[in-house]
Amino acid sequence: MKKFLIHGEKSNYEIVVGLEIHAQVSSNSKLFSGSSTNFGSQPNENVSLVDAAMPGMLPVINKHCIEQAVKSGLGLKAKINTFSIFDRKNYFYADLPQGYQISQYSDPIVGEGVVELNMPDGENKKIGIERLHLEQDAGKSLHDQHPGKSYIDLNRSGVALMEIVSKPDITSPELAGAYIKKIRSILRFLGTCDGNMEQGSLRCDVNVSVRKEGETLGTRCEIKNLNSVRFVMQAIQVEARRQVEEIENGNSIIQQTRLFDSVKGETRPMRSKEDAHDYRYFPDPDLMPLELTHDFIDEIQKSLPSLPDDIREELVDDFGLSNYDASVISEEKETADFFFAASKGQDGKLVSNWLTTELFGYLNKKNLSLKNSPITPSQLGQLVGFISDGTISGRIAKDVFVEMFEKGQDASVIIEKKNLKQNSNINEIEMMIEKIIEQNADKVIEYKNGKDKLFGFFVGQVMKESGGKANPKIVNQILKEKLN
Amino acid sequence: MNEICNLSLLEVKEALKKHDLSALEVTNAFIEASDKIKNLNVYNTLTPEKAIEMAKHSQSRIDKGQGRLLDGIPIAVKDLFCTEGVSTTASSKILNNFIPNYESTVTKNLWEAGAVMLGKVSCDEFAMGSSNETSYFGNVINPWSKGKDKKLTPGGSSGGSAAVVASNSALAATGTDTGGSIRQPVAFCGVTGIKPTYGRCSRWGIIAFASSLDQAGPITKTVSDSALMLNVMSGYDQKDSTSANLETPDFLESSRVNSLKNVKVGIPKEYQINGMSSEIIKLWENGAKWLQDRGAQIIDVSLPHTNYALPTYYVIAPAEASSNLARYDGVRYGFRKPKDNLDELYSSTRAEGFGAEVQRRILIGTYVLSAGYYDAYYRKAQKVRNLIINDFSEVFKKVDVLLTPTTPTAAFELGSQQDPISMYMNDVFTVPASLAGLPAMSVPSGMSQEALPLGLQVIGKPFDEENVFKIAANLEDEAKFSFLKYN
Amino acid sequence: MPIDKDTVSKVSNLARIEIDDKQLEKLSKELDSVIEWINTLNEVETEGIEPIAHVTGQTLPLREDKVNDGGYAEKILNNAPEQASGFFVVPKVVE
Repeated sequence: MKKFLIHGEKSNYEIVVGLEIHAQVSSNSKLFSGSSTNFGSQPNENVSLVDAAMPGMLPVINKHCIEQAVKSGLGLKAKINTFSIFDRKNYFYADLPQGYQISQYSDPIVGEGVVELNMPDGENKKIGIERLHLEQDAGKSLHDQHPGKSYIDLNRSGVALMEIVSKPDITSPELAGAYIKKIRSILRFLGTCDGNMEQGSLRCDVNVSVRKEGETLGTRCEIKNLNSVRFVMQAIQVEARRQVEEIENGNSIIQQTRLFDSVKGETRPMRSKEDAHDYRYFPDPDLMPLELTHDFIDEIQKSLPSLPDDIREELVDDFGLSNYDASVISEEKETADFFFAASKGQDGKLVSNWLTTELFGYLNKKNLSLKNSPITPSQLGQLVGFISDGTISGRIAKDVFVEMFEKGQDASVIIEKKNLKQNSNINEIEMMIEKIIEQNADKVIEYKNGKDKLFGFFVGQVMKESGGKANPKIVNQILKEKLN
Repeated sequence: MNEICNLSLLEVKEALKKHDLSALEVTNAFIEASDKIKNLNVYNTLTPEKAIEMAKHSQSRIDKGQGRLLDGIPIAVKDLFCTEGVSTTASSKILNNFIPNYESTVTKNLWEAGAVMLGKVSCDEFAMGSSNETSYFGNVINPWSKGKDKKLTPGGSSGGSAAVVASNSALAATGTDTGGSIRQPVAFCGVTGIKPTYGRCSRWGIIAFASSLDQAGPITKTVSDSALMLNVMSGYDQKDSTSANLETPDFLESSRVNSLKNVKVGIPKEYQINGMSSEIIKLWENGAKWLQDRGAQIIDVSLPHTNYALPTYYVIAPAEASSNLARYDGVRYGFRKPKDNLDELYSSTRAEGFGAEVQRRILIGTYVLSAGYYDAYYRKAQKVRNLIINDFSEVFKKVDVLLTPTTPTAAFELGSQQDPISMYMNDVFTVPASLAGLPAMSVPSGMSQEALPLGLQVIGKPFDEENVFKIAANLEDEAKFSFLKYN
Repeated sequence: MPIDKDTVSKVSNLARIEIDDKQLEKLSKELDSVIEWINTLNEVETEGIEPIAHVTGQTLPLREDKVNDGGYAEKILNNAPEQASGFFVVPKVVE
């Protein structure tokens, strides 16, 4: 993979990016209270006395959220810490009823791990995970309901979040995008987070700094609350460029928190005071330290489903797919399941192609998900089988595919009905070719004199003659023989 | 009326059982008594109608032979406990208009046992104080001031709770103790109270001051009254992660006076502070002798880090409080100072809603947790706390309980302690047991030269309230303290 | 290090409590003397001693993942100084 550089006016700059992903834990109730985590309810409907921080209220931790965090940590090949502490992060904001967030600062539940990214050019890049910790989500503020007031809904307040912090190993927007997709994929496979960025169950903060090649780390800026992969990638570009411009203008980078304006294509500073960063972390006196036994962790390890990397390896080893194709198919469990079903007794590489290029393409166009695909795995498998055994050509298969998609019919039915079977009769094809050669004697002479491009003309004529059904391989073979 | 109010809780309970008294009679007697003590400024809220209604339910259960442990017993509740539908202010302006729609676990236990609520009594604001002088609703006056030429403090923070019992206006009151807030006021008011082991009573629904130190406890006239109250108040609560998952022993059983043979009582030498008055020393010596006469062995012990307990406490408690009180911001409940800007709303609401002592402690707490100071103060204090806990563990290998004075002086005059630090010194004997989470009880054991009550403190091992009650009962039996005949 | 007016001002800002100029002087003296007194902790040797945050001696109790709370928005909003359409209302915050 080519090194990603920002080309300034005076020099070239590398970018150093770290990502903090906030993933909402899939659970029925909140991290420290028994209210529901359902999305889309009436305001303040899923709020308990504890969530509203009424006087005298106390937190009690949700066992399932702990299991989900451990599960996620194992999926990130990370160290599970058997001893961790819940700390209070103290600050004032309207969507933070307690005046502090219960989080983990000095001793998180999960330590260092690693994630492998499989890039389209075949390169595999490892991105380090610094830590994963559990913390409370905040409520939501609505600023557009009233000219002079903000409206606060605490439904989201107290929902469990896993904060996943990467090491600053990301060196391009492309890698950042791939990293987010990989994390999302792993969490979805594990069932620990639904990864729905639109609904906000997966959010990203990005830390960006730049440096001339070979220099030490520059000052970084944080860009908060990016809720799509595209925005993350854009924000990184925009921010890196801004920093390069500042540096080349002789200014130093001020460490600050910024927001990304996707409409204007720029980042700008958030209006928070500098000393808001003194969070006065201290261990929450309402909660004992969390102590996990090795049995607890082992049980969860045993219950882990196949992970994307495991499936990818299987696809490469057993089905001969490329690393990249295998990573695309193993990104979502749905896709992997579809693939395995479709490729039973079929050519895996061919199935993979048809699945990721043709089927995905059509589903995208019609705004459908794989779940709602009008073509079933076995139907796709059957189509691929007809190509493999020469019943139809690849060209014809594309037409059959469209028919299948629109009408939901089996390939065999369509081929039969439209009489699309490929003609692989060598004698018949030979006869057609001889006819074409006879009818185009002048062109034959031109071809023999060096106009190689005319070969395509002859192929086209044969296909026309055969109503498109002649087996292209045989046509090519015989034409070559006859013309040379 | 007067006679009923001079009885103990157990005596009234017995009379109710025998139908010598009716629940309504008893409740009316205490409603009247509570009404008569307006000059002491003990009550923040009186709930006479509710009390009568509850008394009627109690009577009907007693009549059916289904009388519960505290049926018909009128009690007062420190205004730090959230009581459903009844004003709960923490004696602060910032909660002046707050009416919770939920009940604290401890008071729920009391109502389920049939106790009758007379009302909510005053305390230091957010339980921060040792004299009940920081209440937004004004000072509480120690009933022992009667006939004296100066108005005395009842102590704090549970000053209202101690005063209401001492003035015979309630058979019992709930209090909370963070650094001495039950023990010091009961000593000043000549009544009895216990701070149980940390975790014995649930903190759910009690307005939090310092989470790792707060404990609810009873205030009564006698030791056995406290024992019965604690039986009802304690118990495991799933909603409190710091609640002890343990069976509650029968404390009433342990409070029966028994021989103290084989009991070892420790006298910690570090509690003999410089300039200690001779009357306190005499009181302490008396106490030790009484216990010795009853068969106990008196052993000198050492708790080397005692002198550092107060500064340790005054780092940890304000730090936790500064965080616990962040929720009082004028957004979801309580007093709000309207402003056009959120930060200004916070700052003005809290500046006007919190009194001076609360503000001081929040600022100290914020400071000791802030960047650059956390290690030097908070973390350091947590280490010293560990040493203090260790001191007690070591000593408890040799003795069963410790005996100390409860306070360095008798009740002082209201307004006489202006300097924060001299106020904090009132807690010098009570704070160490709080830091270690140990059960500690104060029993009225003597009188000062100015004819004011003095208390002795018994400190026990974790979850060994049984021994604490046993020793306290013997002290009480020997002291033969005369309760105030207020009315 | 003494606690001066500047420090009190910064701390009061963190704590969101407005202290007017008149009070700043008095408070800084009071806080300074309290912190001075607290500094006696430095006399204690704590090398190798762990800080202790809890005295319960228990482990963290865990709760089953059941929805058994919430669903009473009216109760939650009941004590609010200002509410509208089921929301808590505060002065507009601009990010």
